[in-house]
Amino acid sequence: MEYRISEPFTKEKFAQLKAGDTVLLTGTVYTARDAAHKRMVEMLQEGGQLPFEIKNSVIYYVGPTPEKPGNPIGSAGPTTSYRMDAYAPVLLDLGETGMIGKGQRSQTVKEAVLRNGAVYFAAIGGAGALMAQRVESAEVIAFEDLGAEAVRKLSVKDFPVTVILDSKGGDLYSEGRAAYLESRE
Amino acid sequence: MRVIDVKEVAEAVAEMAVQTNHFLGDDVKCRIKCRAMEEPWPVAKNVLEKIEENIAIAEEGVLPLCQDTGLACVFLEVGQDVHFTGGLLEDAINEGVRKGYAEGFLRKSVVGDPLRRINTKDNTPAHIHYEIVPGEQVKITFAPKGFGSENMSQIKMLPPSAGEDGVKDFVVRVCEEAGANPCPPVVVGVGIGGTFDKAALMAKKALMLPLDRENGDPYYAEMEKELLERINNLGIGPQGFGGETTALAVKIMTAPTHIAGLPVAVNINCHVSRHAERIL
Repeated sequence: MEYRISEPFTKEKFAQLKAGDTVLLTGTVYTARDAAHKRMVEMLQEGGQLPFEIKNSVIYYVGPTPEKPGNPIGSAGPTTSYRMDAYAPVLLDLGETGMIGKGQRSQTVKEAVLRNGAVYFAAIGGAGALMAQRVESAEVIAFEDLGAEAVRKLSVKDFPVTVILDSKGGDLYSEGRAAYLESRE
Repeated sequence: MRVIDVKEVAEAVAEMAVQTNHFLGDDVKCRIKCRAMEEPWPVAKNVLEKIEENIAIAEEGVLPLCQDTGLACVFLEVGQDVHFTGGLLEDAINEGVRKGYAEGFLRKSVVGDPLRRINTKDNTPAHIHYEIVPGEQVKITFAPKGFGSENMSQIKMLPPSAGEDGVKDFVVRVCEEAGANPCPPVVVGVGIGGTFDKAALMAKKALMLPLDRENGDPYYAEMEKELLERINNLGIGPQGFGGETTALAVKIMTAPTHIAGLPVAVNINCHVSRHAERIL
């Protein structure tokens, strides 16, 4: 199925999604990858506040190239998600509803997705130019010293993603492969 | 003897950094196009078409192909009759990287120390390999390497008794374990023989071989074909969504080795398989 979903990105809106569905997201998405995740979780451990409202948020694992003058952002495809596995469950438990990245997740993340009714999306890895065209604005809101790894607030329009882990336990990486192999028999 | 000013090297490196991050080689583009046409699984075909669209957007020269514009891997074949002037060769290569990544608005993805992890902010230092060859030319190969795929690479010191089957099983297993992580469809570079370090270097160099040229040794040409078929029978597919096209090509390089050893290294590259050559 194909869906168009606009913010707020609530669990209720994501509940209908199944692994393999394609979705065009419109609204605010926050960027964070390795270093930003590490810092955010450390801030929480020290009793601090996150740099954005985590409830109903979607976090995109990306470190874009620098934007050229006149462009909102540079190339902006997903980075590999497993490096965020150590941190993601904490954020999911606080109300993050969606993650955008690429590649397999740990059992702990899968359980956190299920427990919270969240969704894990994949964007097309290595298609950073294509993804950048769906970003209308980008603003660094935290950790500017991290450069490409800073937290950015993106405004995206019809941002194309595919559901990998749905809120009911579906997993496209195992189901898609199995379905294709079955079709050949 | 031929005299070459290192400024020429710096200039070539800077240009190739920008070029490789916006334009894929015709061999890679052609392979992706063929696979997009031949791919039987609709989801997979759709992903391959999106990848082609991405290539077309990057060719406009504004947005790099991928946000991971890579760690700058530079391979120099230096003719032994060449004399460099104008400064240190290594400094010139790094100056080229600095300039290319700044002026090309490319991402700075290098940390100065693997554990303390402070970004060097100019994508230096480059990772440089020198080779002395006959003649008075210098061949520079520039290959920015993304780490989504680099992280999925593996090396194994097999016993000689593992033989051809052991090598093939290892290569296929590495691709299966990599799954969706390295942005399939991938290019698989394999180094067999040599030493621990030599096998890894050959695997990386194999990624720069033209995809449209067969291995000159029929024994290994056959092995490349068989491995590609086995990998594409895994069903992982483009981006891991399922499908036939998990790999675009398998490339093998070999070297003599010790009577006690059978090193095998597998270096994986994503579909954005970037590299360029320049001869000075």
